[in-house]
Amino acid sequence: MSNTNYIGQSPKRVEDKRFTTGNGRYTDDIVLPNMTFAHFVRSPHAHAKIVSVDTSEALAMKGVVAIFTGQDMKKTGIVGVPAGWQVDFINGDRMKEPPHALLVWDKARHVGDGVAMVIAESRAAARDAAEAVVVEYDVLPAVVNAAKAVHDNAPLVHDDAPNNKAFDWTLGNPIGEVDAAIAACAHVTTLEFTNQRLSPNAMEPRCAIGNYDQYNEKYTLYTTSQNPHLTRLLMCAFVLGIPEHKVRVVAPDVGGGFGSKIFHYIEEAMVIWASKQINRPIKWTSTRTEAFLTDAHGRDHVTKAEMGFDKDGNVKALRVNTFANLGAYLSTFGPAVPTYLHGTLLQGLYTTPKINVKVTGVFTHTTAVDAYRGAGRPEATYLLERLMDKAALEMNRDPAALRFQNFIPPFDGVTQPGYVTQVALQYDSGNYGPVLERGLEMVGYENFRAEQAAARKKGKYLGIGFSTYIEACGIAPSAVVGALGARAGLYESAQVRVQPTGKVSVYSGSHSHGQGHETTFAQVVADKLGIPMSDIEIVHGDSEAVAFGMGTYGSRSLAVGGSAIVKSIEKVLEKGAKIAAFKLEAAVEDLEYANGKWTVKGTNKSIGFGDVALTAYVPHHYPAGLEPGLDFSSFYDPANFTYPFGCHIAIVEVDIETGKVKLNRFIAVDDVGNVINPMIVDGQIHGGLAQGIGQAMFEEVLYDDDGQLVNASYMDYTMPRADDLPMFETDRTVTPCPHNPLGVKGAGEAGCIGSTPAVVNAVMDALHPFGIKDLVMPMTPERVWRAIHG
Amino acid sequence: MIPSSFEYMRVSTVAEAIDALRHDTDAKVLAGGHSLIPAMKLRLSQPSKLIDISRIPALNFIRDRGKYIAIGAATTHGTIATHKTTVQKLPLLAHAASMIGDVQVRNMGTIGGSIAHADPAADWPAVLLAAGATIVVEGSTGVKKIPASEFFVDFFTTQLGEGELITEIHVPEPTVGTYRQAYAKFVQPASRFAIVGCAIQFELKDGVISNAHVAYNGVLACAFRDAAVESSLNGQPLTEATIENAASKAGAGSNILSDNFASAPYRAHLTKIYTKRALQSCLA
Ligand SMILES: Cc1cc2nc3c(=O)[nH]c(=O)nc-3n(C[C@H](O)[C@H](O)[C@H](O)COP(=O)(O)OP(=O)(O)OC[C@H]3O[C@@H](n4cnc5c(N)ncnc54)[C@H](O)[C@@H]3O)c2cc1C
Repeated sequence: MSNTNYIGQSPKRVEDKRFTTGNGRYTDDIVLPNMTFAHFVRSPHAHAKIVSVDTSEALAMKGVVAIFTGQDMKKTGIVGVPAGWQVDFINGDRMKEPPHALLVWDKARHVGDGVAMVIAESRAAARDAAEAVVVEYDVLPAVVNAAKAVHDNAPLVHDDAPNNKAFDWTLGNPIGEVDAAIAACAHVTTLEFTNQRLSPNAMEPRCAIGNYDQYNEKYTLYTTSQNPHLTRLLMCAFVLGIPEHKVRVVAPDVGGGFGSKIFHYIEEAMVIWASKQINRPIKWTSTRTEAFLTDAHGRDHVTKAEMGFDKDGNVKALRVNTFANLGAYLSTFGPAVPTYLHGTLLQGLYTTPKINVKVTGVFTHTTAVDAYRGAGRPEATYLLERLMDKAALEMNRDPAALRFQNFIPPFDGVTQPGYVTQVALQYDSGNYGPVLERGLEMVGYENFRAEQAAARKKGKYLGIGFSTYIEACGIAPSAVVGALGARAGLYESAQVRVQPTGKVSVYSGSHSHGQGHETTFAQVVADKLGIPMSDIEIVHGDSEAVAFGMGTYGSRSLAVGGSAIVKSIEKVLEKGAKIAAFKLEAAVEDLEYANGKWTVKGTNKSIGFGDVALTAYVPHHYPAGLEPGLDFSSFYDPANFTYPFGCHIAIVEVDIETGKVKLNRFIAVDDVGNVINPMIVDGQIHGGLAQGIGQAMFEEVLYDDDGQLVNASYMDYTMPRADDLPMFETDRTVTPCPHNPLGVKGAGEAGCIGSTPAVVNAVMDALHPFGIKDLVMPMTPERVWRAIHG
Repeated sequence: MIPSSFEYMRVSTVAEAIDALRHDTDAKVLAGGHSLIPAMKLRLSQPSKLIDISRIPALNFIRDRGKYIAIGAATTHGTIATHKTTVQKLPLLAHAASMIGDVQVRNMGTIGGSIAHADPAADWPAVLLAAGATIVVEGSTGVKKIPASEFFVDFFTTQLGEGELITEIHVPEPTVGTYRQAYAKFVQPASRFAIVGCAIQFELKDGVISNAHVAYNGVLACAFRDAAVESSLNGQPLTEATIENAASKAGAGSNILSDNFASAPYRAHLTKIYTKRALQSCLA
């Protein structure tokens, strides 16, 4: 193995030098000359008519520069932020898509809706003046629950969306066939549940700086974004109507996103628009309370799911009906999450021949709901895997055996075709038995049941829960998503610029905000070029440096962004070979490239990568007709989604006196395809597990009936902490992705997608002697205690 | 999170602090700032001035004065958890201190700040009740010694008067061997405050309980001792049966707190369970 054989190694993360020493450079660290500060006046009511907004007192306060209200925005003709995905009604009616006004002028539709923007010389002055803005509200009744919002007498969020429906949607086999299949089943397991709303909780709250340069008529937006180019496109073309080439969007270091920083938010558009009005830069930094109130939330489905089995335990049919809470407005990917990222995953790992899913997208007087780590796929996995364990208990079958029996048989996607599901996807490659086998081996399943029985005799309630999941990642083939309503393509771009000295700058459209791209991508480049990692710099996050980018989400960075890099590397090597052949006076076909040099096969005649690079830029002695330079861009549009899968197993102990659940062990065997950096993949899995377990045990955004978000602080919203979690036991199988050059499938969301049902299943298993039918997430001690004690 | 504007001054003596408080009735004392500053950021509290007492040497100490141990009001939870004197002579306090929040909170928050603030879910009040502590308060009119049993009045309300400062907490040293003590806490998972905390101290002579103090956090508007539980223990042998009986008496009051983490009936139930668990830990 040469020392540039980086793929599969775990070098330390290059970005951690700055992050662990507190030297990251985040949006809020940026200070521009003459900068002002914005504070938003936000509605304290979930639903209220705005009668009047009086800014006179506030405008007179010291340090106040300007105040803009909804009425001011109405006059501009800017209607607001649209959705990025269109899902029409089953009957063909167009999706209801009331735009999210940059500042509302008619009504506030959730607590935190922006009513006015106060701009001042300091953050404190803006905050003080915001308090002096007098808004008269006419408070109206609110509705927060999706299943209730569709009732005829429910308050309407938007007058032109009857029954608060944005769309309804169905996928799979015709419902008649599925109804008939269920009716013919020997056993039907039913689950009715709420997949509760979560707050994404990125460590860095959102921040945006807008700067208009009147002399060049050019805007710069610094923002906490997972996809600066997409933000630029949406903001320029669909919101503000300003020319895209006159807008630079920079997303510097970003402290986590988990989905919440994919979307284009009103505050970004406001700081850009207002910076031109006042001709000064404006910074807005979210407080933690605002983050809870305005960062798009995740999940929030009310679902009924039924899974039918024949008498031998073969899954025969699945019927799912979901009310998906979209919040008050459609966020960028809001309509796609409960539909194309949820319904399409309901095949799971099983051969279910008949599947039908119906989803109703519903407006409520709550914060918008959009992609949060996993996005739709955790919801799909939760219902499938809860049903599997529940069915096993009901049919008196072993939950592992029931899964083995129903798994799709192995297929590699190369010599065997991909697996065509009932719900529109074709899985790329899969071998599902081994992840469960390995999981059972790690957990010591053979002994567990005896241990459990012995513990119960001593009043100790242990339980085991399984989840064998699949996810669709590497989002996504543009033609496919375009046909499904996406308003963007989902390819990625990458430029590999070889400098004259043979050092390499890579410009990637995949933004990194915790994923470690600066390490993983550099490993790929170093390995492919056979040069040291230290010779490579990964540049991302600046629309003026990087040609284009679709950003980071949906576990796509390596599968799509990494593939674009590989394409550019191939072009570099192809051109480099021509230069090398010329210098070596050999034919290109006679060369081989390894360890950073081209060698004439069977000889010791060779030329190094650096020499070729120098020649490309100092082309004194150079192949005729060949352009100078060694710099290539590529766009990679994936042929298919990628389909990571895995097996998660939880072991819990329930204190039946208090209802408190202790997670004793957590085993995760994931197959994410080929692995570039095992340490980073482990880190991604660990983080995902914490969030998935957080949903099962701790996290929940709570709205009261008036639409107040009652736990908008870390004193009230329970995040999982290190001491709530056991040491994770992880392993992997490797089933390479057959359709991308690295064979990778994606690892960012796996932990969060697979883990939640495993924990709930484990608690259900522990409490089996009490005959409990179901548990509500999060499984707080009081809920568990009430379930046990009736 | 931006507080409204305020002045800041740091003082180095108790007299300076009391003087500053007298001159500005909207001023507030700042100790560890771990209750006050969050409230200021949300503008729930808008003091005109903060008088920082955290570096007054006369408030930062733990000293054995023979009959009792004196703890300066600005002593941090972290110091109490690890100081030789508290660890050896007041293990109940050292143990309880180690259960407050997390390391960062313990390194900033102070015992005086906690009891002045009197959050119903804070750990110190019940522990000081069980330990039979006395709170020393100083104002422009002089020094007062208030027994912990009289100090806590209601939600965030104590006997502390306008312009007064808590200076010391006096805790009698339990006679090692004859005393049993425990603090058991069911934590609110987000903040790690107590949903229910049960602090216990009693004498055990020839296997028989006397002088029982049983106090609770998190259950009612302020920390309290439960006479019914205490009398069910006094004169009884320390056995499982006595424990069961005492636990059954706990959590009987009305006005039990209710929130998103624990309804009143569940809290009442936890009060029994944590009474039992605290007492059981004294069996060993
Ligand atoms: C994340 C977090 C978790 C926490 N978890 C717990 C927990 O598990 N258990 C627990 O008990 N507490 C917990 N706390 C509270 C913590 O212990 C606080 O430090 C404590 O309640 C207040 O002490 P302080 O020194 O910070 O007081 P400050 O915040 O400085 O002051 C609080 C109030 O007391 C007044 N004051 C302070 N000192 C004096 C004095 N000497 N005389 C008179 N008035 C005074 C102030 O004017 C103010 O009104 C937590 C706090 C946080 C932020």
